Amino acid sequence: MSLFLLKRLLTLIATLIGTSVIVFLVLEILPGNAAQMLMGPDAAPDAVAALAVKLGLDQPAWTRYWHWVAGMLSGNLGDSYTYSSPVLDLILERLALTVPLALLAMAFTTVLALLVGVTAASRHNKLGDVGLMGLTQLGMAIPNFWFAILLILIFSVELQWFSAGGFDGWGDGILAGLKALLLPALALAVVQAAILARITRSAVLEVMREDFVRTARAKGVSQRAVLWRHVLRNAMIPVVTVMGMQFSELLAGTIVVENVFYLPGLGRLIFQAISNRDLIVVRNCVMLLAAMVVIVNFVVDVLYAVIDPRIKASDI
Amino acid sequence: MSAVPAAVPSAVAFKVPGFWRRAMHHPSFAIGAVLTLLLLAAALLSYVWTPWSPYEMDLPSKLQGPSAAHWLGTDSFGRDVASLLLVGARASILVGVIAVGIGLTVGTALGLLAAARRGWVEEAIMRLSDFTMAFPAILSAIMLTAVFGAGIVNAIIAIGIYNIPTFARITRASANAVWSREYVAAARACGKGSLAITMQHVLPNISAVLIVQTTIRFAIAILAEAALSYLGLGTQPPQPSWGRMLAEAQTLMFQAPLLAVFPGLAIALAVLGLNLLGDGLRDLLDPRLARAR
Repeated sequence: MSLFLLKRLLTLIATLIGTSVIVFLVLEILPGNAAQMLMGPDAAPDAVAALAVKLGLDQPAWTRYWHWVAGMLSGNLGDSYTYSSPVLDLILERLALTVPLALLAMAFTTVLALLVGVTAASRHNKLGDVGLMGLTQLGMAIPNFWFAILLILIFSVELQWFSAGGFDGWGDGILAGLKALLLPALALAVVQAAILARITRSAVLEVMREDFVRTARAKGVSQRAVLWRHVLRNAMIPVVTVMGMQFSELLAGTIVVENVFYLPGLGRLIFQAISNRDLIVVRNCVMLLAAMVVIVNFVVDVLYAVIDPRIKASDI
Repeated sequence: MSAVPAAVPSAVAFKVPGFWRRAMHHPSFAIGAVLTLLLLAAALLSYVWTPWSPYEMDLPSKLQGPSAAHWLGTDSFGRDVASLLLVGARASILVGVIAVGIGLTVGTALGLLAAARRGWVEEAIMRLSDFTMAFPAILSAIMLTAVFGAGIVNAIIAIGIYNIPTFARITRASANAVWSREYVAAARACGKGSLAITMQHVLPNISAVLIVQTTIRFAIAILAEAALSYLGLGTQPPQPSWGRMLAEAQTLMFQAPLLAVFPGLAIALAVLGLNLLGDGLRDLLDPRLARAR
């Protein structure tokens, strides 16, 4: 197990380094003179040169890269040009919304997908199966931001059960905060749940053909117990794989959905930073999101080994 | 333990007698093909005819509901929604074709190279694809927009880059399966080089997998373009796009809720069509999968 973990950990570190190099190249080298970009094309050359020195742009690229990486490791991401406050504080403040939103969406996705997938598999080729799979096809085709708009139309404009957007923070209690995140999380979850439900159904159908399932049935275990206790656990490998990939989709999706509901999360921060040409905020936010994707994939890799110990044996 | 290589369905199936007859009786394929043809027809039709000019503003007629004159109503500038939808189909197809084209060409070439050379070349290509996979389309688009500004070209490049690792991984996995077949060993024994084997044996044998993947990625590209345009990072005014129509409609939800319905429906139908077409093709080109489903 330790060799398996070590190999995966080394791959994770290499991928994080590669990802940081790509982010640095695109957002630090490609723009040419970041100071000029920040001050606009009409800025005085003296002012641009002074800002370039202040930003450390007169140093070689590899020195700037190293300073950035060292800063990330020590928690010093620099200061935002436009907010004049530490980037780390800005990000942490916004993560208090984006992380719970992504986790809530993932929870909805998992519950919906397992319920629909297992139910459809247990009614294979019957009306219930066909109907549920038809619904998942529709779910996969709906853009999450359109679904978000439809939810606002129905639950905020027509029924007036929820506010059409905004987030007052967690100060009013967890329930009030969760209520504000309910529709955004649902909008993110439905599309991903449709995909995951189809994967769950296929995986469950595959396992249901195995001998141990027949044995369990022959021993008198009820259909429900066989399905939820024996079949589902063995069908989890492809399901967990897709869940890992979906978490990165959900994180990317939060950028869009936060904009639909005007939520002050990481996605909105990136957008404001782009319009303010605040490259240092964009660079750190993009790196954070990319790192989250890479780390989630690493966790999924390790989870495989927990779910199916044969994987680490074959890997070593 | 070496894995048993999976047989790869071949696009030769398209030429098998009765393929199209079977295809037309396959519900997913038939519905998907009709919806996809409708999308193509809408885009092509918009070049020669639209009910009204999609660029002409008519403020006295703004925010009208569906009527005989304006089938799907008008937007906040008095422009005909049906005409905007027809022209908007062009942006979806343009982005889909070019972005998937980038992914298909570069990704397939890298995947074929990885499978043919193995060793450090394969390792390097796969690690590179790991790095690229850390950037969902929207994140790549944000980086490009921060540097070069918003626009359809950047959106296409971002979605194209996002497609590359997917095609590279699928191509490598399928090509590895072909490389371990006896007929490839026979070709090698006859003195054929890696390039000849790749072009004559590997590529034709993985083409069906690539065709199916292309339809699925096309659908994903349409969704990505709509999302980017909704955020203002994709198609720019005055060129109509379904994503931007939704962004504009959202600000008018209380006055004209229907404006937020039609563009979303257009995106959903286009994506549904391509997904069903992909599902149908997969079943038709690899009947073993159809039996397993």
